[in-house]
Amino acid sequence: MNSALIIIFGITAFALFLGIRARSGHDMDLEQWTVGGRSFGTIFVFLLMAGEIYTTFTFLGGSGFAYGKGAPAYYILAYGTLAYVISYWLLPPIWRYAKEENLISQPHYFAKKFDSPALGLLVALVGVVALVPYLVLQFKGLGLIVSIASYGSISSTLAVWIGAAVVTVYVMLSGVRGAAWNAVVKDFVILGIVVFLGIYMPMHYYGGFGAMFDAIEKAKPGFLAFPARGSSVTWFQSTVLLTALGFFMWPHSFGSVFTARDERIFRRNAIVLPLYQLILLFVFFVGFAATLQVPGLQGPDIDLSLLKLSIQTFDPWFVGVIGAAGVMTALVPGSMILTSAATLLANDVYRSNLKSDASDAVVRRLAQALVPVIALIAVCFTLYGGSTIVALLLMGYNFVTQLFPAVVASLLTRNPVTKQGAFCGILTGAIAVAAITLTKSTLGGLFPFLPESLQDLNVGMVALVINLCVTAIVSALTQQGLARAPSRA
Amino acid sequence: MPLRLLALLPFVGILVGVAFVNMPFVLAWIVGWIILSAVIMGIIYALDPSNRIR
Repeated sequence: MNSALIIIFGITAFALFLGIRARSGHDMDLEQWTVGGRSFGTIFVFLLMAGEIYTTFTFLGGSGFAYGKGAPAYYILAYGTLAYVISYWLLPPIWRYAKEENLISQPHYFAKKFDSPALGLLVALVGVVALVPYLVLQFKGLGLIVSIASYGSISSTLAVWIGAAVVTVYVMLSGVRGAAWNAVVKDFVILGIVVFLGIYMPMHYYGGFGAMFDAIEKAKPGFLAFPARGSSVTWFQSTVLLTALGFFMWPHSFGSVFTARDERIFRRNAIVLPLYQLILLFVFFVGFAATLQVPGLQGPDIDLSLLKLSIQTFDPWFVGVIGAAGVMTALVPGSMILTSAATLLANDVYRSNLKSDASDAVVRRLAQALVPVIALIAVCFTLYGGSTIVALLLMGYNFVTQLFPAVVASLLTRNPVTKQGAFCGILTGAIAVAAITLTKSTLGGLFPFLPESLQDLNVGMVALVINLCVTAIVSALTQQGLARAPSRA
Repeated sequence: MPLRLLALLPFVGILVGVAFVNMPFVLAWIVGWIILSAVIMGIIYALDPSNRIR
């Protein structure tokens, strides 16, 4: 066993210990397990909300995207900032309503706001479908990190199984509390590693940032600006907008809102979180540094660029430290996603639709029992899928963004969207996303008559437009029906 | 309402501005707007009466 592997296993064991220890002093009832007893202060909520910034998506996917695509990677830097601006007005009223009604999940919110258990069920199912690729990308990253950092002595497949087992154990025991404590450790570790690598790699290989970008511009002219076609400016604009709208629509992001003890926490976070996002610059710098140093990685292999460059540069013990940081970026978000998916199925599918008299204790036990089942499904998709990490996340985003129009409408003083309108809009939007994903369609392929600049629009926008049209039409029709119906008062 | 109009600036700067400007210049432009966004949100927080301690 090499030194890299010892360090990776040591950190993983520490994460497991911390995750299990988080339950001490707390009676793990349903509210504690799912939303931490609504007792989290600024730091914990900040780290849970910022959790997505430092997942394997950014650690490997961000550097890989910069390595393989160049300028289009900038979208990762931009969308979070716009999402936090939106959150200033979006999250406080959601938090207030959730606190008043004692809500613990996103479908719970929809079911109450629109007075429609069926809508809650649909939102739960859309949430679970979107969370699977998100969990898959964490496991995929985990497999890559351990396999590469162990110099091949542990296969990617075995690494995925070990990682899934660790996440499953501490989620079953500690729920969101385990994730929160590990988020603290993870963010400190990854912050140090990413900043160090982002400064050291360009200095070591090129002598500085300017020299690195000069060399890239000479070797690959135009690589650092958006291309005229494909991942063009139009693609950037539509992808940033789509992902910014969907940022807080993930079941676990929505759920992290419920953990806060004060609504001002969200407004304060909206100031600081955009700056926290800037750490991603250093991830890009590593990817850019790798462009000319480890050339030739293609397709899904672009996600390996950070690790390949690290192995080429450092001793095994330090590769172990980098690998351990990477493992943490998979374990913490993975545990949040698993907690969310299990709660959605137990509380919002089982209790809300099949057995309404189920007690909190029964729901919690069912959620805990579902954790290994969901992990197993994600492991299967991980081992048999071939997408890049960024492609997996964008697929999930296309699904969750379908919930945005109904959420915004629900916050208006006079909600123009009826429960039938919201249901039909979300359903058609989700079906459109599934069809687009399965057929690997592009906007240019679907509508070849469109102007060239529009053909690069993110295809998820098509689903969102269909969703909006259906929501508006069905709401108009059902409101007319309500107006014509005799009053029962 | 004026506060919400102020919050539109980052959207215009990042989404529309990039089309005009396309360290890499585009990257520097986005980073500049991220820093500006934090400043704008700080101003909004300071001016927003709902943040005053009741």
